[in-house]
Amino acid sequence: MFARSLSLAALISLALLRPAHAEPVTHSVLDNGLEVVVIEDRRAPVVVNMVWYRVGAADEPPGQSGIAHFLEHLMFKGTDSMDPGEFSAVVEANGGRDNAFTSWDYTGYFQRVAADRLDLMMQMEADRMQNLAFTDAEWLPERDVILEERGQVLESRVGAQFNEAMLAALFKSHPYGIPIIGWRHEMEELTDDMAMEFYRAHYGPNNAIVVIAGDVDTDEAMAKAERYFGDIPPNPNVTDPARPMEPPHLAERRLTFEDSRVGTPTVSRLYLAPARQSGDQAEAASLQMLAALLGGSSSTSVLERRLRFDEGIALSAWASYFGTARDYGRFSLGIAPVDGVSLEEAEAAMDRVVAEFLEEGVDDAQFERVRRQVRASEVYGLDDTQGRARQFGAALSIGLTVDDVTGWIDALDAVTPEDVIEAGQMLLDRRASVTGYLTAPDDTESAELSQ
Amino acid sequence: MKRLVALFILIAAPLRAEVDITPVTSPSGLEAWLVEERSIPFVALELVFEGGATLDEDDTAGAVNMMAALLSEGAGDLDAQEFAMRSEELAARLSFDAGRDTVSVTARFLTEDAEAVIDHLRMALTEPRFDEDAIERVRAQTLASLRRDERDPNTLAARAFASAAFDGHAYARPASGTPDTVGALDRDALRAAHEGAIARDRVHIGAAGDIDADTLGTLLDRLFDGIPDAGAAIPDRVSFQADPGVEVISFDGPQTVIAFGHAGIPRDDPDFLSAFVANEIFGGGRFGTRLMRSLREERGLTYGIGSFLSSGLLGDSYQGRLSTDNANVEVVMDLLREEWTRIAEDGVTEEELDRIVTYLTGAYPLRFDGNGSIASIMASMQYQGFDIDYVNIRNDLIRDLTLDEVNDVAARLFDPDALVFFAVGQPVGVN
Repeated sequence: MFARSLSLAALISLALLRPAHAEPVTHSVLDNGLEVVVIEDRRAPVVVNMVWYRVGAADEPPGQSGIAHFLEHLMFKGTDSMDPGEFSAVVEANGGRDNAFTSWDYTGYFQRVAADRLDLMMQMEADRMQNLAFTDAEWLPERDVILEERGQVLESRVGAQFNEAMLAALFKSHPYGIPIIGWRHEMEELTDDMAMEFYRAHYGPNNAIVVIAGDVDTDEAMAKAERYFGDIPPNPNVTDPARPMEPPHLAERRLTFEDSRVGTPTVSRLYLAPARQSGDQAEAASLQMLAALLGGSSSTSVLERRLRFDEGIALSAWASYFGTARDYGRFSLGIAPVDGVSLEEAEAAMDRVVAEFLEEGVDDAQFERVRRQVRASEVYGLDDTQGRARQFGAALSIGLTVDDVTGWIDALDAVTPEDVIEAGQMLLDRRASVTGYLTAPDDTESAELSQ
Repeated sequence: MKRLVALFILIAAPLRAEVDITPVTSPSGLEAWLVEERSIPFVALELVFEGGATLDEDDTAGAVNMMAALLSEGAGDLDAQEFAMRSEELAARLSFDAGRDTVSVTARFLTEDAEAVIDHLRMALTEPRFDEDAIERVRAQTLASLRRDERDPNTLAARAFASAAFDGHAYARPASGTPDTVGALDRDALRAAHEGAIARDRVHIGAAGDIDADTLGTLLDRLFDGIPDAGAAIPDRVSFQADPGVEVISFDGPQTVIAFGHAGIPRDDPDFLSAFVANEIFGGGRFGTRLMRSLREERGLTYGIGSFLSSGLLGDSYQGRLSTDNANVEVVMDLLREEWTRIAEDGVTEEELDRIVTYLTGAYPLRFDGNGSIASIMASMQYQGFDIDYVNIRNDLIRDLTLDEVNDVAARLFDPDALVFFAVGQPVGVN
């Protein structure tokens, strides 16, 4: 298709020789501790270059919430040898796109460029891995930018504020309960010194993963990683994450978030759940299949079918599992009732349907449909090279291995209906959970709108 | 000191996209663009039907949108549950979306199930059931979504802009209708929307993946068996008519969302590409634009600001968006007027043009990075009226633009005196 390196005939023979699921993924560790993952996908002359640091918002010093994300912004503000903004300007001048993201467990930077620009991208990432430097003229307005960001993506969105409140209630001790972007009053006090201190404590090749995905030869890409990153000395300040962990949860939590901007009242339940464990993903896989059966389809999953189709009391109902985290996963359930059904009634119906499901067991036909989709998702997933790169980067950042990632579909495939029901028992115990009501105040306006 | 500056100059020649598009004509005469890519055993298919919500009447606003949502809620002998189960058994990913100008159908399916999925999709497109219970379920969801829209400052700003810009035309209405019109839609209205919107005379087809031209042609005929030749008449074009000025829409929240802009430029205007390039320099939704530098990098007034040419099937505008603290609104509007005046009077510089040309020509091939995105681009390009070889000459067209061409169109497009602002929030010092 792309007449750059392979002819169509060559692509066809390649497909015959190599089944779709055997796309090569190669992993290596340099002497300085840097992990390198290369994902070959030669279909388009494009490459994604990513650097992931195994540090995020959950590693922030007390009182400095938001510093990991603030540092992420400041990483674009120059080094000893590059001007503020020059990084992105160089990417742009090479026709590429770049951006970055921060989570509780990791911070990632990436560029998407034509494959022949990879060297330059790696060189610049290696530079800012060790030589970050910026002045007051850069960091002061950037602090205003992150405050505007909090205003726009969090404080102006009532659903996001609700989620923030839910997580803060779920985690009693662990910093997963603190928002990634930070609490506003702490963000206002963040400084350049705090950011540099965080950088010096956590950034370095021994705390990073480079992922190169796309139109590259694996050996050449590995050699480039060695060339650009191999000479960077390990950062002696880097230590294993030492985070406050959760005490036993003995009391369920409940909260009500009332706001006039709420258009669709909802009930949301968050459970503390196990995360994926390296070498043993069976429990996480069972929870993932449980979520797929309960809420994976907007028509046929158990909650939607019972509550929206059969009983007609929900606008929608959902379930999901998030297990790609270093310390704790989360399982969530939720329902948005139709007009005339109270949140209390909706919550009771949701709990009833879950209990019935756990009592009655898994429908064999539904189980087979979900399994078939899991297997197909492996094929569809190959179409999204950047998505694959993100999967590997996130997984390796939290302590999983390449084998864990490539074995995830098999782990899902190995789950039995009995495993699902066993894993689902946790949903009956609400001690390690928080239940939230998102609701609008009673007023004439909403009465008119909901006629 | 600046060791990387040398590399900045070592910019390799921009790539061409070199996408090998095959024009396909089915035995019955349907035309499609295909990019054959055999390494992953699935096919991505995209159908774009022109018309969309503009086909609604004022009193049936939202009919096409609700009709599209109901295509996956039961067809032929399958009710909504059975239809979804069948899709899952086939591991097919089907979606139906209605917008202002189009109804689009996105399908991804495994090669081994191609024929079964096409039959399933054909049933959705030709024999939707519009069962009463399905209508009520989708109506409830649509009304809930409209209620959220009424409390979302971004939607409120966009709607106020559209309503003032295209008063009296279909473009002034929300594509998903209003609570009143959606509340009143019945089965007949939905059937009429279906007959008007899904027709051969207005479809554009893109496909990519594990399929050859002959097989695609055969499958398309199978898919369109039963789809009528002609649909409803598409309304006339409309010109931009909002009066300049500032309108505040009171809304509780820490920030104000501002929608701003004025008249735009049609897609088939000979200077459209120049206008596109001028906007990319000015505010094209990336880092490094004039607006991002001035408002974010230098002053920290916003998390993000972008401007865009909204050139639709029936009308055009030039718009921008940002959120900012309520206290900043006045200074933000002053800065926008200044930037508008500067580019209208002085144009862009040779250096800015060089930089954006390098960026745009380098970035273009990166779009074609998977079967899904390629199929969607193929359909969209036909909808926008491009020739099949455009992919391979587009970068040359960009490179051939002169500074005079770009600045002539900048002087024509940017008009600070015509600016209209819709500010949704509690802006300080603005009335």
